[in-house]
Order: sequence, then structure tokens, then C-alpha cells
Amino acid sequence: MVRRPSPRARAAQWLLLAIVVAVAWYLGSQAAANIARRHATFGFVFLFENTNFDIPFRLIPWSVGDTYGRALLVCVLNTLLVAAMSIVAATLLGLLVGVMRLSANWLVRNIALGFIELVRNTPQLVQIIFWYVAVLQTLPGPRQSITLPAGTLLNVRGIYLPSFAPGGGADVLWPLALAVLLATPFVWRLRWRGLPLGSRSLLVSLLSVLLFAGGIDHIDYPALRGFNIAGGIQVVPELVALWAGLTIYAAAFIAEIVRAAILSVHKGQREAALSLGLKPRQVLSKIILPQALRVMIPPMTSQYLNIIKSSSLGAAVAYPELFQIFAGTVLQQTARELETMFLLMAIFLAINLATSALMNWYNHRVALVER
Amino acid sequence: MSATAEERLSLRRNFAPGTPGALAIEWLRRNLFGSVFNTLLTLAVVALAALILPPLFRWGIAQASLSGTSRAACTGDGACWTFIRVRLPLFFYGRYPSSEYWRVDLVGVLLVAFCVPALRDNVRHRWLWLLLLLALFPALASLLLWGGAFGLDYVDTTLWGGLMLDVIISFVTVAGSLPLGILLALGRRSQLPIVRVLSVGYIELWRGVPLLTVLFMSAVLVPLFLPQGVSVDRLLRAMAALVLFNAAYMAEVVRGGLQGVDSRQEEAAYSLGLRWWHVQGFIVLPQALRIVVPGIINTVVDLFKDTTLVTIIGLFDLLGAVEQALKDPAWLGFATEGYVFSALVFFVCCYAMSSYGRSMERRLARGQ
Repeated sequence: MVRRPSPRARAAQWLLLAIVVAVAWYLGSQAAANIARRHATFGFVFLFENTNFDIPFRLIPWSVGDTYGRALLVCVLNTLLVAAMSIVAATLLGLLVGVMRLSANWLVRNIALGFIELVRNTPQLVQIIFWYVAVLQTLPGPRQSITLPAGTLLNVRGIYLPSFAPGGGADVLWPLALAVLLATPFVWRLRWRGLPLGSRSLLVSLLSVLLFAGGIDHIDYPALRGFNIAGGIQVVPELVALWAGLTIYAAAFIAEIVRAAILSVHKGQREAALSLGLKPRQVLSKIILPQALRVMIPPMTSQYLNIIKSSSLGAAVAYPELFQIFAGTVLQQTARELETMFLLMAIFLAINLATSALMNWYNHRVALVER
Repeated sequence: MSATAEERLSLRRNFAPGTPGALAIEWLRRNLFGSVFNTLLTLAVVALAALILPPLFRWGIAQASLSGTSRAACTGDGACWTFIRVRLPLFFYGRYPSSEYWRVDLVGVLLVAFCVPALRDNVRHRWLWLLLLLALFPALASLLLWGGAFGLDYVDTTLWGGLMLDVIISFVTVAGSLPLGILLALGRRSQLPIVRVLSVGYIELWRGVPLLTVLFMSAVLVPLFLPQGVSVDRLLRAMAALVLFNAAYMAEVVRGGLQGVDSRQEEAAYSLGLRWWHVQGFIVLPQALRIVVPGIINTVVDLFKDTTLVTIIGLFDLLGAVEQALKDPAWLGFATEGYVFSALVFFVCCYAMSSYGRSMERRLARGQ
């Protein structure tokens, strides 16, 4: 504490509070008057009313006529899907570009630099629309689909991935596989003597994969039937464009974070590891990156939050996420500006707070391991 | 065939240690062919470049068209830059009346004229220039752009658009959010509990929601909070939303600088009998702001890129103008050209700003 505030300042802060409350009260009363003038009410009962629009992409079943509440759930899941996909991909790509940026090879180093500068200095919205309109929309139609490895098809209607058709035991085995996978972090806490930590979680993951494989009847490959592709999982181009836009933009920022974090590890660590006979790749993965990770986590958290917030840009390519459906379709149909905007902001805030709490917990844990 | 003695001699002379030739070889060895893995990487990159660059060159330059005034001029297989050239006024000025373009140009010249002295180093009276940039320039610019006085025709804001709109919005946002951000940063570090809680709440609330929801709120929600019959221009509402939103980000940047100032500076100032406002204004802030200039420039670059989002609420910035031009039936099918052009324009502006920020950072690191 530098200095105790004067009594006058203490009194003045109450005046500030009074002004804030007065402004809020004034705005609230105006809103109430305007709503009353329209013969409308404020409330969230409309979430139980039935809709009459379709949501073209969803993870859970949806049909026209379901309630607005279910639409909210569908959209939240769509937002979470694209955010999670982008966070994983951006972390991997950012790690790669960040390491490339420090490569001994001049070409590799400068390609990484060019990528970062190009991506960081152009608007994200332009990038997303570019991927959608200039790349994905120019792909050939279903009849001239491009065949990618592992039976994946690519055309103007999106990417078609092979899917696993559930067999007889899938109802039991697949949830079990998921449960085992989710339990992996807790296995770290168990004390199995003689087994290093890495192989323990590897064993658990293997068990999970085996359980999953047990439930598979056959693999459903996408194929052309008539004028369209049947079978497999269709990933709509809107999702691909948004995913690419979010991933590439964030990856450029993450690459710089990774680079700074690696440079922050004292070079003596690297020299000591090399003199102990570790190979350069081992030095990177076992000595440098684990230490750099600790420095990376706080700035990475804010990049992850940026990805979640930017997922609202899906509105520009009509990916049915929270913002596109609720600030668009729902707002137009119900004319409930206040409620929809409140819902949108509250949900984004909640997702962000949850993510940052999770990252803080992880940060705390990584810091503890250090001792 | 073996080389003649003369050739061998000249080879030896050219690649003797310390000569340019030897340095070049040494550079190649160290940077491209240092190890087997490195050599493989180099070859892979070269192969990739050979695969990508020639078609890109053919599309963008060799087979592209630039001349002509209509679609018919685009005969080659490459890009149709004619489309961009013909629509250039729309991209830069929006629907501003073409007879009044000189007013926009003049504002651009004034902006540069006021910015250069304020941003160069070793300028006397830098603060005076900054004050002129933030007070006199906006007054002159709004008079010129809006008109309606001194014989200038009135131009409604609905006609403003293109890159000009991006620059205007960015300038207003920076000029508004920086002072507000400084106040919020000071508030967040205040020892008055109510001030601190209000500042933290404000900053975290705005930083937790997407910019798009804030802009959308300005478009659909603000009328709900205004008395009946009162309406505010759509552009002004968007600008206000951007100011409030970016103030939270500015506050966090400035807070970083405030934390970088040694607390003994503050203690010494208080012990000399200065009051809080004087300590902050004359001792802490001048040092803190100097540290965070690179951070502020980063924020400015970010918000300049984010001005493209106003397209979604129906304002015609550069991206909006491009999208509008793409819908013109006479010019269908040039989406790639349009988006590449807008990306390039933004790249040039943002790269210039980030380079300035980096050079500033280096100067600060050297302790100047």
C-alpha cells in the first residue's frame, strides 16, 4: 500500500456508484417503457415455444417445430464443436510453425515468418470468407469429387469422412470407451509400481480404443449414389471454412507465443541435455518444450478465449452457431432483442469463464509439478 | 574434363577465405545444407515452391488482365484485376459523391500531416502534436467529411464507405478508447474498493463477449434504450460500441505499463507532497505509456482489422464494398480477386503499423 486514499476520495467513489446506478436505472426504465409501448413483455418463456425453422447442421437430432430452448442447445453444441476443433488444430499448427520459426534452415525459418506476418496482418473475417467463397465454393460438384486418402471425399458440399457403423454391442461398449478415455487423467494419480506415467495412460487409451473397436460393425465409406454422396459423415463447408479461418489465424499468434516461450528457456538447459547425449529431437520434446509450456499457458489461454469469441464470425458464412441462429433467425422471428442479446452474451461469458477456469487449474497443476 | 590451371587459379581466388564467394558458400552451408535433415528440408521446400509459385505467378500476373472497362476485357486464364481497377473508387470512398472525393483526400493528407510529427522520434513538443491530432484534426475532418457549412455540401454518413470508413472508424475508436482505457486501468489499480470493482467488472465483461455481439447490440438494442423519438446515426452507434469495447482492451495494455513503473517512483512523488492526480499524471503515466506504446500499436492493428466486422451490421467498409461489388451482375465470379485485393490492402496498412511498433519496441529495449 502506497498511501491511504483521502476521506474526500472515499466519499467521491460513492458518487461514482450513484451515477452508474442512476444511468443503469434510466436505461432500464426507458427499455421497460419501450417494451410496454410495443405491448410486449420481457421474459424467457419463448424458449418453450415452438420454432418453424431448420438448422442445417447439428450434432443432436433436430426437427422443424422443436422448441427455441432445444435450438439453443443445438447452437451451443455447434459453437463448442467448432471452438474445440479449432483450439486443438491451432495448438498443433502453432506449435509446428513456432518450432519452424526457430529452425536452423533459412528457408523453413522464413516461410514460417512469412506465414505469421501474412496471417496476422489481414482481418480474420476476410480470411474466413476467403476460405468459404474463394476456396470451398470453387470445388467440383459431387460427381467430380476429389478422393483423399482413407476413403475421404471432397467436393463443393463439404468433406465426407468414412464413419463407423455401430454393431450389436455399441450401445454398451461406446459409452464405456468414452468413460475410460475421460478417466485417463485420473489414472495419473494411481500408484502402479514399475510403470512410468506415460505408458500408464497409453495402456488406458489402448483399452478405450479396443472397447470402441469392439462396438464397430463395419466402416461406412461415403460414395456417389445418384446426384449426391451417401454414407459417411458430411462435414459442411461452412464448418470447414470457419474451422480453417479460426485455426490459421490463432495458429499465427500461437506460433509467436511458442517461439517466445522456447527462447525463454535458458540455453544452458539445451547445452546440458546435448552434452548428456540426448538427440536434438529429444532435447526439444523432453527438455525444452516441457519448460516452455509453463511460460506458454497464460498467453495461450487468451488465444483460446479469442477463438471461442471469434467463433461468432460463423455468422458471415452461415454456419449455424449461437450468434448466427439467435442474433439472426430467432431475433427476427420473435422480435425479442433484449432476451436474445442477453442470452448470447451470458452464454459466451459462461463458456469463456469456464475455459479460463480450466486453463488456470491446468496452469496451477503444471506449476506444482515443478517443485 | 579437367579444368585448366588458369580456371583453377580463378576458382581459388574467388573462394579464398573472406571473399564474397566463400562467404556465400559458408552461408549456404550453415543455413540450408547444415545436416542431412536440413538438406532434405531445403529440397522439400524448393520442390513445394516449384509446385505452387509458377501457377500463382501465372494466375496473378502473367495471364491476368488489368486494362479495359468491362468484363469482356478479362480474356486470359488469370486473375481479372480489371474488376478491381474499375471499382477502385467504390473500394476506397464507398458511395461518397465523386465530385467531393477531394474532401476525403484532404482529410487523408491532414491525417498524415498530423500523425508524422506526433509519431516521429526526437520531435519537440510531441505532446502538443498529439493534442492537435486528437483535438484539432477530428474537428477539421468531421467538418470536411460531413460538410453542411462553409459552402460544403452535406454528405450523409450512409454514403460513407470503403477503406475511408475503416480508417475513420479506427481513428475515432483509438481516440476514444485510449483515454477511457487509461482511466479504467487507473481505476483497476485504485485503492478505492467501489472504483476498483466497477473497473474490473467493466473490463472483464467487455473482454468476455465477442465484438460481434457488441456491434449487433449497438445496431438492434440501442434504440430500445433511447427515449421515444430520439435516434442516433447507425455509424455513430457502431463507433460508440467499438470505443466502449476496445477501452477494455486498452485498459489491460495500459495496466501492464503501470505495473512496469517502479513503485518507488510513486512513493517518492507522494513524499514530495504531490496529490494522486498529479502523481499519476506527471510521474506514473508518462513512464507507463512510454513502455506500452508497442502494446497500444498492436491493439490498434487488431481494432483496424476488426473494423471489417461492421459489414455484418450493414455498414459498407472495404470488405462490405467488395461484397457489394461482387453481387453486381455485370461482374459475377471474381470473388477471389475481390477478397485477395481487400486482404492485400489490409496487409499493407497493418504491416506498416506493426513494423513501426516493432521498431519502437527495439528502441525501447535499447533504453532510449
